[in-house]
Amino acid sequence: MVNDVVVETHNLVKHFPLKLGFFQALVTKDLPKVHAVDNVSFRIFKREIFGLVGESGCGKTTTGRLLLRLVEPTEGEVLFQGKDITSISLEREMIKLRKNMQIIFQDPYESLNPRMSVFDIVAEPLRIQRVAETEEEIEDRIEEVLEDLDLTPPEEFMDRFPHELSGGQRQRIAIARAFVLRPAFLVADEPVSMLDVSIRSEVLRLLLELIEKVNSSFLYITHDIALARHICNRIAVMYLGKIVEKGSVEDTISKPLHPYTEALIAAVPVPDPTARRISTVLKGEVPSAINPPPGCRFHTRCPQAMEICRRKEPPLIEVADDRQVACHLHGKE
Amino acid sequence: MELLKVRNLKMYYKTLRGDVKAVDDISFEVNKQEALGFAGESGCGKTSAALAILKLLPSNGRIVDGSITLGDQEITKMSDKEIRRKIRWKRISMIFQGAMNALHPTYTVGHQISEAILMHEDVSNDEASERAQRLLELVGMEADKTRRYPHELSGGMKQRVVTAMALSCNPDLLIADEPTTALDVIVQAQVLKVMKELRERLKLSWMLISHDLSIITETCNRLGIMYAGKLQEYGDLAKIYKEPLHPYTQKLLTAFPSITGPTRELSSIPGFPPDLLNPPKGCRFHPRCAEAMEICRNKEPIFQEISNRDHFVSCHLYA
Repeated sequence: MVNDVVVETHNLVKHFPLKLGFFQALVTKDLPKVHAVDNVSFRIFKREIFGLVGESGCGKTTTGRLLLRLVEPTEGEVLFQGKDITSISLEREMIKLRKNMQIIFQDPYESLNPRMSVFDIVAEPLRIQRVAETEEEIEDRIEEVLEDLDLTPPEEFMDRFPHELSGGQRQRIAIARAFVLRPAFLVADEPVSMLDVSIRSEVLRLLLELIEKVNSSFLYITHDIALARHICNRIAVMYLGKIVEKGSVEDTISKPLHPYTEALIAAVPVPDPTARRISTVLKGEVPSAINPPPGCRFHTRCPQAMEICRRKEPPLIEVADDRQVACHLHGKE
Repeated sequence: MELLKVRNLKMYYKTLRGDVKAVDDISFEVNKQEALGFAGESGCGKTSAALAILKLLPSNGRIVDGSITLGDQEITKMSDKEIRRKIRWKRISMIFQGAMNALHPTYTVGHQISEAILMHEDVSNDEASERAQRLLELVGMEADKTRRYPHELSGGMKQRVVTAMALSCNPDLLIADEPTTALDVIVQAQVLKVMKELRERLKLSWMLISHDLSIITETCNRLGIMYAGKLQEYGDLAKIYKEPLHPYTQKLLTAFPSITGPTRELSSIPGFPPDLLNPPKGCRFHPRCAEAMEICRNKEPIFQEISNRDHFVSCHLYA
């Protein structure tokens, strides 16, 4: 099993320092910072779809970017195929690695250069990585990936510009750009949240087929735990920069251990008028990540908070095979 | 009891390339104390239908045909001034999509709510701000939040403020356009809960517009499915859910991932929504429909009730 780990993180930490005014900075001792990601560790295995679930501001996007070293970690390390990528100092080597790690961004209206044709957009990674020798080879690779994404006939799309495409088509171009290098690892940051429901499942299907074809490992970042259930093998639930629960997707959703996971699942609207949900909605909102609450970060909103939760931070412990939770309710006994 | 009755409404946008038929011959009612949900993809005309009801059309939009009656008043025949004085806010008010980002940044929310009251009713300043406080309590906020500025409030709070504002002149009908789209799941659940309680407590009628069917099933009891400017299926929500007739509705209902029950393959609809400048001939859904027949390409299906069951559908399969 251990040999099959593609990406591994150890105690990953990212703090963003806050900008202060000149005088404020003079009188402030501890510079305030946003605790975006705090002590996050997980492994993604070969050919696995790993889901990172949480509300906005929980640090899931930052974690995704840390894995690709698009932001530098404050502490901790990221191992990609056994190699620590945070210690690589040469840009040239990083570029070489990026051939095997790609990302699909959330908003296809912002992630595609409006002045580049579809052909140029998809050809750019091939050119930077110098994987194709000739122009014909580049053309073949692009044709193939566009066909895989049902953008047929490919010739018809190659010369178009992003503004001539619909939202669903744009996101497929973004997917094509990420897949044209056949990466071993891929991060997708809410790739379908901007799309209409009827198009969403189509894009997801094509994306999953491509992953199968290329044998990639996949980090899927989403706020939609119901969607995660449908596509992921394992998930980690994040709250205020920390992983609160981690495990196989079926176990985690059918038997959630952490009260926050439970609340997330209860908040999903059910498209069934006969099954009205029990309306125990979590009160309040996510506290600020500048001064996260002491002890368990969730205790301010937790319906089952105890005395100890206010003082002591619960460690992420293994409670069953491939099942981890950070909560005082699930202690040693 | 019918509150709002829309019959054969057509609303077109004039463009240089011809008329965009955003709303094309739709009929529906909103009954007293009922909640109607309008679902459909973006660009299917659901927001345009709502704007037509309030006659809040942009300069190139016009109501071509049809009638909209509120109680016994015909809205399409009213002058702009009459609508502004008698209908908007007082009888029908609307929460626009992204309204929470349209709050004025330099006025307190209390000021903005009482401004709406002062514009429409002859009350004193003190009474208006008193009412603003009561309204905030109604949507589950503390009364002293009236002194806050929008930037001091979170997204969920701002959404509650615009809901309170829409309720400020005691309307009979509230139209909400994608009220929770920009919110997180848990905050969304909080806002939906407040809205559901309000509807029961104030005996309001709702019209909720959303692309998300699960939000509509959580809050409404009637459903209309729009596609390419036309109402494809309409009726009692529980009935449609139990037995969806139109192929488009069937696909939509199974396109959502569910958190309960067995995981199944999510259905997808191939192709793209049509261009409303030149909608497809015959049934507008036929290019994407798996069950399309010869007749669907040529003849437009009639919107009709299926054996008096309060379940309307526009599809040749049931003609």
